[in-house]
Amino acid sequence: MIRFEHVSKRYPNGRDALADVSFEIGAGEMVFLTGRSGAGKSTVLKLIALLERPSRGQVWVNGQSTAKLSSRRIARFRRGIGIVFQDHRLLQDRPVFDNVALPLMVADVSLRDLDRRVRAALDQVGLLGRERALPPELSVGEQQRVGIARAIVSKPPVLIADEPTGNLDAALAGEVIGLFRRFQEAGVTVLIATHDLARVGSVGCRELTLRDGVVVSAAAGSEEPLPVIVAVR
Amino acid sequence: MSGRIANWGVRHGHACVSTIGHLARHGLASVLTVLAIGVALSLPLALQVLVDNVGGLGGELSDSVGLSVYLKPQVSEAAARQLAATLRARRDVARVTVISAAAGLTLLRQQSGLGAALDALSGNPLPNVLEIHPAATATSPSQLETLRAALAANAGVDTVQLDRDWALRFNAIVALARELLVVSAALLAAGVIAIISNTVRLEIQGRTAEIEVTKLVGGSNAFVRRPFLYAGVAYGAVGALLACAIVTGVRLALAGAVADLAAAYGSHFALQGPGLREVSLLIGSGVVLGWLGALLTAGRQIARLAPQAG
Ligand SMILES: Nc1ncnc2c1ncn2[C@@H]1O[C@H](COP(=O)(O)OP(=O)(O)OP(=O)(O)O)[C@@H](O)[C@H]1O
Ligand SMILES: [Mg+2]
Repeated sequence: MIRFEHVSKRYPNGRDALADVSFEIGAGEMVFLTGRSGAGKSTVLKLIALLERPSRGQVWVNGQSTAKLSSRRIARFRRGIGIVFQDHRLLQDRPVFDNVALPLMVADVSLRDLDRRVRAALDQVGLLGRERALPPELSVGEQQRVGIARAIVSKPPVLIADEPTGNLDAALAGEVIGLFRRFQEAGVTVLIATHDLARVGSVGCRELTLRDGVVVSAAAGSEEPLPVIVAVR
Repeated sequence: MSGRIANWGVRHGHACVSTIGHLARHGLASVLTVLAIGVALSLPLALQVLVDNVGGLGGELSDSVGLSVYLKPQVSEAAARQLAATLRARRDVARVTVISAAAGLTLLRQQSGLGAALDALSGNPLPNVLEIHPAATATSPSQLETLRAALAANAGVDTVQLDRDWALRFNAIVALARELLVVSAALLAAGVIAIISNTVRLEIQGRTAEIEVTKLVGGSNAFVRRPFLYAGVAYGAVGALLACAIVTGVRLALAGAVADLAAAYGSHFALQGPGLREVSLLIGSGVVLGWLGALLTAGRQIARLAPQAG
């Protein structure tokens, strides 16, 4: 479902964020992408969502090589990927409902379906009833969950999340991971970047660890929390 | 097929809602833009209305246009009356008055006080003359010239004199106003495009966060652009309506003064319009200009906005 083949990424400022990264995530799999701050986790996610292009190597998503996508096709391609951002990227002056509805609007979903599906997504993240609130009126954790609702509302086959539990307390973090687990059980391929796996636990999922832009371990999932990777922010 | 139409409806429904919401949130800026467009469009509209009105005056003026046809001395009065009758049948001729040589001499005697000197002449030196008034529909310079040439071509005609200075000047002024109208309309159309381009550019800059996020969740450039095109069209259309209101207001305000002026010249002239034709033409132009202005900016600006790989 997601495949990196010898991918390197050098940012325009000369910084090498990834060096020869290869891995594969099967359809319906849930994988944690770990590594300390600056290891290149967000870069991996950006390459998947085509927010950046690889300097070398190839990225395959949904059986499609991202290298061959024309700018016209990128929009459609992105509709197949739900993205939860590290900084949530909510529209601060639009109510929760509008924020969550956006991926449906760009996909030309009719207004009636839109209403139903937005409510269903908000229900899943426990925010039903807050449709009219503006993001600044929500707590940071609630904003994070609005971001998750937006990522899943269009039922994309691939879900990528950058530090989705970063601002949540342990209980909420566990709930959110449980939420991702449910999406995975429904057949969604999930990739979660976090520097804080110790806190949430890998819940039996595979873990990919990056250090300085290189994959250093691709541990098989275990029910036990994996060794702590020191979080430096 | 019906699915595609429904889809189209959904898409444009979203864009409309988005546009209206945005215009409502940015009330003052939108009002100022509409005001600028309205003022810009009211100038060519006012000129158009003026030209239409004054062009109609040409009919009233036809009375002041005349051609004097001097017949050759050997042409008899009977032949002159015969010629007058043929000329009256022409479509571009309204009236023909025959001033016979004898009548001309009497007039000259009365008006010049040269009675004694004229008495000294052996015969009547004056030719028969036809005074011709062109039809109201035939007072343009080219039509008058055609008529003059036709008259001059008659065998018995010596010279044709066109008493046309003031009619010609008037027609020339109307023609100039028409050209001015075309030039000003072109310039102001460019101005309106610039105003709308700039407004849309500022709006895009004010909504970069929204545009970026929309593109992140899979919004195509066309999707992102659509509400801005709608806004451009709305600006153009509402601005055109405002221009119509301005020009109508000015016309009503001037009605009294125009009536006084017309009365002084013994005319019933009153300003008309802008009529349905002008109004619909202007709104159509406003829509096209708005769409163009928005398209010119939005296309480039939105494609350039992040997310980078987009
Ligand atoms: N747009 C950019 N331009 C230049 N360098 C960048 C850019 N984005 C990231 N980098 C660099 O690339 C490296 C990897 O960054 P990345 O954001 O992928 O790390 P990360 O693992 O997500 O870290 P964190 O846990 O702090 O979010 C860092 O050294 C960073 O400075
Ligand atoms: Mg990061």
